[in-house]
Amino acid sequence: MSDISPTAAAAAPDALVVLSGVNKHFGALHVLQDIDLSIARGEVVVVIGPSGSGKSTLCRTVNRLETIDSGSITVDGRPLPQEGKELARLRSDVGMVFQSFNLFAHKTVLENVTLGQVKVRRTDRRTAEKKARDLLDRVGVGTQADKYPAQLSGGQQQRVAIARALAMEPKLMLFDEPTSALDPEMINEVLEVMQQLARDGMTMVVVTHEMGFARSAAHRVVFMADGRIVEEARPDQFFSNPRSDRAKDFLSKILHH
Amino acid sequence: MYVLSDNFAAFREGFVNTVELTALSALLAVVLGIVIAGFRVSPVPVLRAFGTTWVTLMVNTPLVLLFLAVTLGLPALGLKGWDSFWLAVMALGAYTSAFVCEAVRSGINAVPVGQAEAARSIGMTFTQTLGQIVLPQATRTAVPPIGSLMIALAKNTAVASSFNVTELGSVMKTLNSAEGYNIFVVFFWIGLCYVVITFAISGLFRLLENRLEVVR
Repeated sequence: MSDISPTAAAAAPDALVVLSGVNKHFGALHVLQDIDLSIARGEVVVVIGPSGSGKSTLCRTVNRLETIDSGSITVDGRPLPQEGKELARLRSDVGMVFQSFNLFAHKTVLENVTLGQVKVRRTDRRTAEKKARDLLDRVGVGTQADKYPAQLSGGQQQRVAIARALAMEPKLMLFDEPTSALDPEMINEVLEVMQQLARDGMTMVVVTHEMGFARSAAHRVVFMADGRIVEEARPDQFFSNPRSDRAKDFLSKILHH
Repeated sequence: MYVLSDNFAAFREGFVNTVELTALSALLAVVLGIVIAGFRVSPVPVLRAFGTTWVTLMVNTPLVLLFLAVTLGLPALGLKGWDSFWLAVMALGAYTSAFVCEAVRSGINAVPVGQAEAARSIGMTFTQTLGQIVLPQATRTAVPPIGSLMIALAKNTAVASSFNVTELGSVMKTLNSAEGYNIFVVFFWIGLCYVVITFAISGLFRLLENRLEVVR
């Protein structure tokens, strides 16, 4: 792993997220094994790998939705705090988008996007609503502001979820399989929003099975299998010339059709 | 045979007191029940332990014993000056709170875990997550069982008659022992009073359920 991509090597001095020696078990399953990963400001890292390889768990450790057994994680130079107000503050700076959207079911779309601003950032309601409407327009669901999440399609819900995360003005966005629960025709509308976000320079960690997105938007691909990072490379290198047999095997199964 | 008309003032006092006892104990039970449920799902181990102990203790103590503990125990601990009505409210409220807590907790568990994760991921604290996101969605599941608990509470208030509180139960005892009325007629009127109260409670909760259905 010494000849990893130039981005990763250059990342070290300006790293926004650094995981070192991270281990985690789910009972007998060693789901994260000695993970070392550093993500630079403005970098888009796509994490791919077979099911059960630990990619989602890795993503969720960064804002401590999953705790770790050993090792350390720092975000913007500070180690992750323990449970409590400090941790809540850190989480407000790290946006997260879930596979199952998780929009607040009892709140309207607009309320979903204003709630964090008002309750966490203490923004006044008028300012928060203006910003929410701007963000909803930006992700293309501005006309749905007064509906409840259940009245929206999956693709629309996921774009609202992205707007909800962006409303906190995060330093970093985590995407945990954001398109895996979507019908095929809705995947692109979500990916386009993510592409735009990447172009705007947002630091992003994206766990996904969308190889097209990895190719076009990622600065770096991290390939995981069995709880380990097996390979990291620039997307063009990784997809045309994977070094590890595990990655070759994985790509041969998903790319040939 | 004119039990009701002869003793209307007593019946009215008993009825009003039973309603008051039920309402105030219900208020205490619901507030306390929600707080204890919050303790039971909190990340703080001490609070969780307290919640579990409270529920175990209240659920497994016979109500009469709890009344004894409150009416004799609190004054012995130096808390004098409470009249028997308020002591009864405390005993009934504390007892019912444990059941309410479990109903609320089952409501909390019925809310998909992703809702709380999303709330935490935008930086909401535990209290905000619970108050803004989880409890409002838990309500719909928790309301029907809480309704049944409130009806049980209304009937449980009769235990207070043994502890110096004037309510329907004590009216019944007085009429049965002293005046020589037909005991079944007394039962009938007292029973009817309880039916009025319990039907009112179930009507109220049906209204609440319907209201909550519309929201989503």
